Amino acid sequence: MKARVTVMLKSGVLDVQGEAVRHALGTLGFAGVNGVRQGKVIELDLAETDKTAAEAAVKTMCDKLLANTVIESYRVELI
Amino acid sequence: MKAAVVTFPGSNCDRDLAVAFERAGFEVSRVWHKDTALPAGTDVVGVPGGFSFGDYLRCGAIAAQSPIAAAIRSHAGRGGYVLGICNGFQVLTEMQLLPGALMRNAGLKFICKTIGLQVATTDSAFTNDYAKGQQIAVPVAHHDGNYTIDAEGLAALHAEDRIAFTYTNNPNGAAADIAGVLSANRRVLGMMPHPERVVDPNTGGTDGAALFASLMGGMALA
Repeated sequence: MKARVTVMLKSGVLDVQGEAVRHALGTLGFAGVNGVRQGKVIELDLAETDKTAAEAAVKTMCDKLLANTVIESYRVELI
Repeated sequence: MKAAVVTFPGSNCDRDLAVAFERAGFEVSRVWHKDTALPAGTDVVGVPGGFSFGDYLRCGAIAAQSPIAAAIRSHAGRGGYVLGICNGFQVLTEMQLLPGALMRNAGLKFICKTIGLQVATTDSAFTNDYAKGQQIAVPVAHHDGNYTIDAEGLAALHAEDRIAFTYTNNPNGAAADIAGVLSANRRVLGMMPHPERVVDPNTGGTDGAALFASLMGGMALA
């Protein structure tokens, strides 16, 4: 089973890299980009075949390592 | 007094940190990230700067899960002293031994220069040889030193006088100009600037020496 984890900065946290990307898009002439948030996608290839168990395991992985929950939130999708 | 300096793959200034401890009178041992225990009788652990594990995933995130990190956690839990500098500060926040997180510098650039710091509290074993409000010159060398903490956490740091150092001219966007913070028991200090780089007049200054001398004196009294 595969899982895709999307890690993003929490909404209240200023994303300075996203802001730089937004600025660069404006410089390129793309008008009307009101905001850019940059995050990361982590794909996991799991031996687990049970969906519920896989999701629980990946959430634990996120809490322990894949995301820093002080500043980041995460979303888990099984694919 | 015994100090242990940790080395991760990608650490730097770990030797400088060992020399800074030695000059202050500590007996220093070096430990590797795969070690599962600190040397018996370790009083203070130094977690050095650098780019542990290539800063993969997040700065300090992989180091925070290493075998020695578990030993550092137990040491801190017993009331032991821990000093995390630069990447070491990032490791200690990733371990949640210190609150908040270090994010990419607001200007997005790597900053490598000597900057001004103000000693914000002298109520710690690390800072009691300085004067409150004293300004010192210490180098920084980081890409991710933008200290971030929620409003509640920041209020607690202020209320409990746990901000050790502030920048006189904030280089990286850090909340409340914070350059270094203390744990609730005041025995864990994390800071982005490198005091171990300024303990010898031949290599740029001596403003960091008081931190190590202070720690030696403070621990001898404790």
